[in-house]
Amino acid sequence: MNLKFKKYSVLPGFGLTLGYTLFYLGFIVLLPLAALIIRGSELGWSGFWQVISDPRVLASYKLTFGTALAAAIINTFFGLIVAWFLTRTHFPGKRFIDSIVDLPFALPTAVSGIALTAVYAPTGWIGKPLMDAGIKVAFTPIGITIAMIFIGLPFVVRTVQPALEELELELEEVAISLGASQWTTLVKVILPMILPSLITGFALSFARAIGEYGSVVFIAGNMPMRTEISSLLIITKLEQYDFLGATAIALGMLIMSFLLLFVVNLLQSWSSSRLKGV
Amino acid sequence: MRSKELKRGLQPPLIVNIIISTVSIIFLALFLVLPLVVVFGEAFRQGVSVWWGSIAEEESLSALRLTLFVAAIAVPLNLFFGIAASWALAKFDFWGRNLIITLIDLPFAISPIISGLIFILLFGINGWIGPWLIKHNIQIIFAVPGIVLATIFVTFPFVARELIPLMTEQGSEEEQAALTLGANGWQTFLRITLPNIKWGLLYGVILCNARAMGEFGAVSVVSGHIRGETNTLPLQAEILYNEYNFTAAFAVASLLAFLALVTLALKFFVEWKSNKLETV
Repeated sequence: MNLKFKKYSVLPGFGLTLGYTLFYLGFIVLLPLAALIIRGSELGWSGFWQVISDPRVLASYKLTFGTALAAAIINTFFGLIVAWFLTRTHFPGKRFIDSIVDLPFALPTAVSGIALTAVYAPTGWIGKPLMDAGIKVAFTPIGITIAMIFIGLPFVVRTVQPALEELELELEEVAISLGASQWTTLVKVILPMILPSLITGFALSFARAIGEYGSVVFIAGNMPMRTEISSLLIITKLEQYDFLGATAIALGMLIMSFLLLFVVNLLQSWSSSRLKGV
Repeated sequence: MRSKELKRGLQPPLIVNIIISTVSIIFLALFLVLPLVVVFGEAFRQGVSVWWGSIAEEESLSALRLTLFVAAIAVPLNLFFGIAASWALAKFDFWGRNLIITLIDLPFAISPIISGLIFILLFGINGWIGPWLIKHNIQIIFAVPGIVLATIFVTFPFVARELIPLMTEQGSEEEQAALTLGANGWQTFLRITLPNIKWGLLYGVILCNARAMGEFGAVSVVSGHIRGETNTLPLQAEILYNEYNFTAAFAVASLLAFLALVTLALKFFVEWKSNKLETV
């Protein structure tokens, strides 16, 4: 067993670069995060609970996690279709469409926010016909979900796409030559193999939607108890100089997100271990 | 010459392919392209001169200056960190390496609002260092230093997470050869490592810059929205929008949307370049 901290290497600069990395990481990332956790612990369990169980806070959690879940499910479905479209069909200009998928990563969130609001407002391009049909989108949870679909889609496409590309086509051909129908091959051969990446894409898009602020806040309408997301409630608390309240809401969000990612990781190791057994 | 490409794998019926293509194109057009079109449509609705008038407004210009200033600090710092971190983490094997890589990714896992909040908890009036700062008359929150710090935080992982996998994959044989042949460490880095990672580096810088110029949530928490002083371009767009000055808001937003398009084009170019290099 090697008891040394580091394996021998002839390359220079380890101490310097690692030292700088740790210093910068500690100062920029770890110190501020420690402030959040330590300030939050000043509240104590009962103080934390008191803030979290406030009906307005609970309503914001329910709204944020509910709409984020809906958006992540929709994104997983359409993300899979788009990823399939980009890997399995061939047509001119495909690379152009492929780079459009990254638009939500590149577009500043405030810009997407006001643009989506302009599209879906009752007077907007899509909002008006929908309004005539009796569906109000902007300033309702539907609008929030649409904004979350916008920012979450690339996460699903960009995790599923490489998995589809790496798929061994022989396996599908074997299934078909052994008499499986196209549908059976899709459901029993292809889907199980890309399931781990679908789960990752779902989780990434879910997590991003929970924390999203810029693209959601304009279309949300921000009515307390009804269309007020948790991120906005943190800002409201800060504007009232209620720092502990803001910290408690933030910690609640972080704890729930990490629990969620933990469950998703379990699901993922289950689905990939099932593959290894085959 | 290949006259006909061999068909491989699953061959869904034509109608299924048509449905998949149609659904994908409609979905992308409706959810991704339409909002972008609307930004430019609204910005130029009253003509180019009105658009230009909104941009040339003193408050918008100072927002533009601040945005460029913040990015000019945040991007080089994170670039320098990214190179140092990937050298230490990719070229050496040591205990705790994976933990550090996980920690570097943390800012991506945290909501932008919480990223701003943590700096208020540190430097705000009730923060850990806040009272000391007030006594020495240093302002960080609701001032430019806070905006710079929050931006550095949210763009922290971009360059490092691009370079670490790339440099790990490349290994260090070439560097070892250079060193045995008598090059010093600095020469080895400049002549061997840097040319090998340049496209990955550029890729990370492009993404880092786009986020630095476009960050909204974290910056909004620490900025204080002081007109002409602590407003970046995204914050300026928000203020104009909330004042129902839609044309001006979309004019400012169109600058940012243009930045996004340039980012995508550069990204496309870099991906194309590095793919071409790989196949050679």
